[in-house]
Amino acid sequence: MAAPDPLDFAAAIATGALRVVDLTATLTPDFPVIVLPPEFGQAAPVRIREISRYDGRGPGWYWNNITLGEHTGTHFDAPIHWYTGKDLPNNAVDTLPAEHMIAPACVIDCSGEAAADADFLLTRAHVEEWEEDHGRIPQGHWVLLRTDWSKRSPRDYANLKENGAHTPGPDADVMKWLVEERGILGFGTETIGTDAGQASHFEPPHPAHHFLHGAGRYGLQCLCNLDRLPPTGAILITAPLKILNGSGSPLRVLAVTRA
Amino acid sequence: MVEPLQQPERRHPLRRTRQPSLPPMGRSRAGMLLTRAATEGRFALQRCGECGAFCYPAHDVCPGCLSTDLKLTDAPNGGILVSKTVVRVPADVYFRERAPWRIGMVKLDCGPTVIAHLHADCREAEPVRLSLQLDKAGQAAAFARPAGDTANAADDRQWREMTSPPKFRRVLVTNGRSAVGQATAAALVAAGAKVHVGIAEPWKPFEAGKALEGCTVVPLDVTDERSVRDLAADIGGKVDILINTGEHTRPGGLIGRQGTATIMDEISQTYLGFVHLAQAFGPAMRARGADGVDSAAAWVNVFSVYALANWAAFGTTSAAEAACVSLSHCLRAELRAGGVRVVNLFTGPLDTEWFQTVPPPKVAPKAVAKAIVSALESGVEEVFVGDVAEDVRQRLEANPKALERDLGA
Repeated sequence: MAAPDPLDFAAAIATGALRVVDLTATLTPDFPVIVLPPEFGQAAPVRIREISRYDGRGPGWYWNNITLGEHTGTHFDAPIHWYTGKDLPNNAVDTLPAEHMIAPACVIDCSGEAAADADFLLTRAHVEEWEEDHGRIPQGHWVLLRTDWSKRSPRDYANLKENGAHTPGPDADVMKWLVEERGILGFGTETIGTDAGQASHFEPPHPAHHFLHGAGRYGLQCLCNLDRLPPTGAILITAPLKILNGSGSPLRVLAVTRA
Repeated sequence: MVEPLQQPERRHPLRRTRQPSLPPMGRSRAGMLLTRAATEGRFALQRCGECGAFCYPAHDVCPGCLSTDLKLTDAPNGGILVSKTVVRVPADVYFRERAPWRIGMVKLDCGPTVIAHLHADCREAEPVRLSLQLDKAGQAAAFARPAGDTANAADDRQWREMTSPPKFRRVLVTNGRSAVGQATAAALVAAGAKVHVGIAEPWKPFEAGKALEGCTVVPLDVTDERSVRDLAADIGGKVDILINTGEHTRPGGLIGRQGTATIMDEISQTYLGFVHLAQAFGPAMRARGADGVDSAAAWVNVFSVYALANWAAFGTTSAAEAACVSLSHCLRAELRAGGVRVVNLFTGPLDTEWFQTVPPPKVAPKAVAKAIVSALESGVEEVFVGDVAEDVRQRLEANPKALERDLGA
């Protein structure tokens, strides 16, 4: 069989036969970041400082210096981010295989459940029900959890209460199962983390981080526009910045689907 | 008799904003001794170490015995108003714009006769109390007030030139999440100001509660240049007093800290926060220094006293605050053209969460708030709040090296 011509792909996009969906939130200074107790080191929010804007600092050009954390805005988690993945080969954003940066995705719509319960947890039963409709999750796919969380105001998005953040995510059992039984490439969410807001109380704590990164898999978070993707059939382009030994990276996440 | 100050009218739509002018600024090196006393709210004169006489104006040698041993010494401030003059057409632009202007000769109980600015209720041949005030140019000027209390004394027109009273002024308190910020906002509302309070990261929980009753809460993240600029675009033209209550305290020294992330946060919250505020709000404040009863009047910084002497237990926080003290001197020089004063408060450890394990005495946030209002109403420029801060001040003057060793122990 002859290799497919990548120009066919370009042509399909140019003609509109394939649709490109941007799953990325805009990097703005007031976008919520993960909050830890203040005695810990903190993720830096986005800061944009003008170098010049067609003015005395540079008459003909506009540009900025930016600062932000590896885990600020729509971002990618590499296995080295968690202790469970610290000894794996090629576990940082600068060494992970480029082939993994283009991969198909399954989208599980839990927006109704998340609207009803901010602490909604995705379970194995939910995924098995999804599989009855859409088929078994193939190996090497992303699994994206649609909650419509990205449509919330910043305050409701972070949803911080006296006893911590209340945002939806997976339970421990489904994460272990997705990684071990389905061989997923990674797990993506609309919330600040791949884990639920209350996941530090789970067993193990932060199960998405624990199981994904322990098996060399990836995380994507702060995604948006998941409601514009089909349950299956989309591919994701997720190329993190090539940061030396980076634990993650803000990135532009693009999905390509049938029109 | 002083008429009580009235709520100022809104601006006339066609009138140009009055440009600030300043009283004469020149002082001799010796005269600067009096400026130093005025910044601290002390009444002090040179006193001869040999013959014991107080002298005024400032001299290089004692007018009585020609000794050069003239040290700034706290002096009794009582006297008698010998004569009173109203200057109706002064030659100087600043005083001409403010004429008629009262001055008088005060015979001090401690000896010298002083020509002083007069409060409206001073009567000839009656006792007065003299103080050294900072005028709009930031230099010491002698000011006489009646010895006793009089009605609406603080509303005297000439006294108001020497102070920055918050009454009827519009105030921005930069950090409404901190205990000091909340206490400050409440104290300023009580002092008759209209108060805006900044809240960073509005997506994080915030319960204003009773503390901010009567204030307007506005989004303000001093670490974000754009957030500060956006707020200045909204209210920059009507901030008469800005109170920078940053208060980002983190325990920890220098080499015990791994890396620089925490230190960058401190610099960002403390030093860059100050820079962003100054660049966004400074120009309009400087331009509005003579804009009527509610002109721009003062910029207040709340610093840790360890900005002046590094406390190793809070080593990098102290250093970030030290940078701000340096910056405040630059801002003071730049705002002087508008007659807007920069007031620095230095506090000892606050009675807040970040000083939880530090033993008392600690400064209550309300005490800081009270000191801010008092500084604005009395016109001082340097204030030490609490016993620890006062102790550090005295020890810095006596033996800074001993203090350094103790704070590093």
